[in-house]
Amino acid sequence: MTNPLRQDENGAEMSVIGVVGAGVMGVGVAQNFAQYGHEVVLVDLTEEVLAEARATINRNCRLSRMMGGPALDPDEILARITTAVGLDALAKADAVIENVPEVWETKREVHAALDEICGPDTLIVVNTSAIPITKVAAVGAHPGRVVGVHFMNPVPAKPVVELIPGVHTTPETVARTRELLAGIGKRAVDVKDSSGFISNRLSHVFMNEAAYLVYEGVATADAVDQVFRDCFGHPMGPLETADLIGVDTVLDSIEVIFQHYADSKYRPCPLLKQMTDAGLTGRKSGRGFHTYSA
Amino acid sequence: MSDTTSQILGFIKNRFPQAEISETDDLFSVGYINSLFAMELVMYVEKTFAVTIPIDELLIDNFRTAKAMTELIGRLRSAVAVG
Repeated sequence: MTNPLRQDENGAEMSVIGVVGAGVMGVGVAQNFAQYGHEVVLVDLTEEVLAEARATINRNCRLSRMMGGPALDPDEILARITTAVGLDALAKADAVIENVPEVWETKREVHAALDEICGPDTLIVVNTSAIPITKVAAVGAHPGRVVGVHFMNPVPAKPVVELIPGVHTTPETVARTRELLAGIGKRAVDVKDSSGFISNRLSHVFMNEAAYLVYEGVATADAVDQVFRDCFGHPMGPLETADLIGVDTVLDSIEVIFQHYADSKYRPCPLLKQMTDAGLTGRKSGRGFHTYSA
Repeated sequence: MSDTTSQILGFIKNRFPQAEISETDDLFSVGYINSLFAMELVMYVEKTFAVTIPIDELLIDNFRTAKAMTELIGRLRSAVAVG
């Protein structure tokens, strides 16, 4: 079954993309689809968050070329993005990409509502770090159209995503998703449903264990990151990466992985909890494992 | 060295206390200064020196050295003064 697709000036089919959550990932996803000519509806809980999201997209588009990406006209990109409070604005979307925080109760509520608001042919994409897709899909009455895509940050700059079908996801849903992703220049790596998939299961163990090294006084954050950069050749160390993602977000994800596998190798480092309580969440707060200018 | 240049160097040294950087050193050839810091530099320059950098001036070369940033700020200010 095909959805009513719109065409761009070259005759290419352009679907309307709903994006739930205007945080770091949602903003990147919205910008990325708009860059490729899609009409995007970006929703969150408040007008303030949405205004901030537009400002962030404007800034990221301005800086795109300097960051090694394409030259982008912020006004042209923002003209394709409509913002709205609440999920009702997503009723006309051909595909919805959900990017809400990694908290089960929040995911559950959003997906229960999406299942009612969106027509049965609407593709529901879960952009999650660690929550299994099958569990999310089970919330609604149409688990066949729910699929996981783990986008990397910053979304417009990262050409590869993880594509994760749930137990009941149909082959048609997977094919439509692959096509949608290819249309915005993304290559999908196939992963079976699990908690943390490939990327976060590995990266969160690195970040969590790096936090333990600092917590135990074995090494400074600088020393840990230096080993990753200068010995392993990674562009960034795990604690710089935690600061970029947000220490609170890293904690949420490692908690989810720990709960899922019930395996102590994923036990969250107490330092991550203390830093989150203290508001030392990384770049976004000006201080995390490292200090950033305001 | 101009006040603007020393202010910019102060900002960089505050972020990277162990760095030895002169006004003509290429910041991006120093390993630990990456594109994320380039973004911070843009925000810092716009906020601190009250300039809006047009898109065609948002180039790594304009942020490569403290001197290049000072020259960029000078160009933008004179454009405003003339305009």
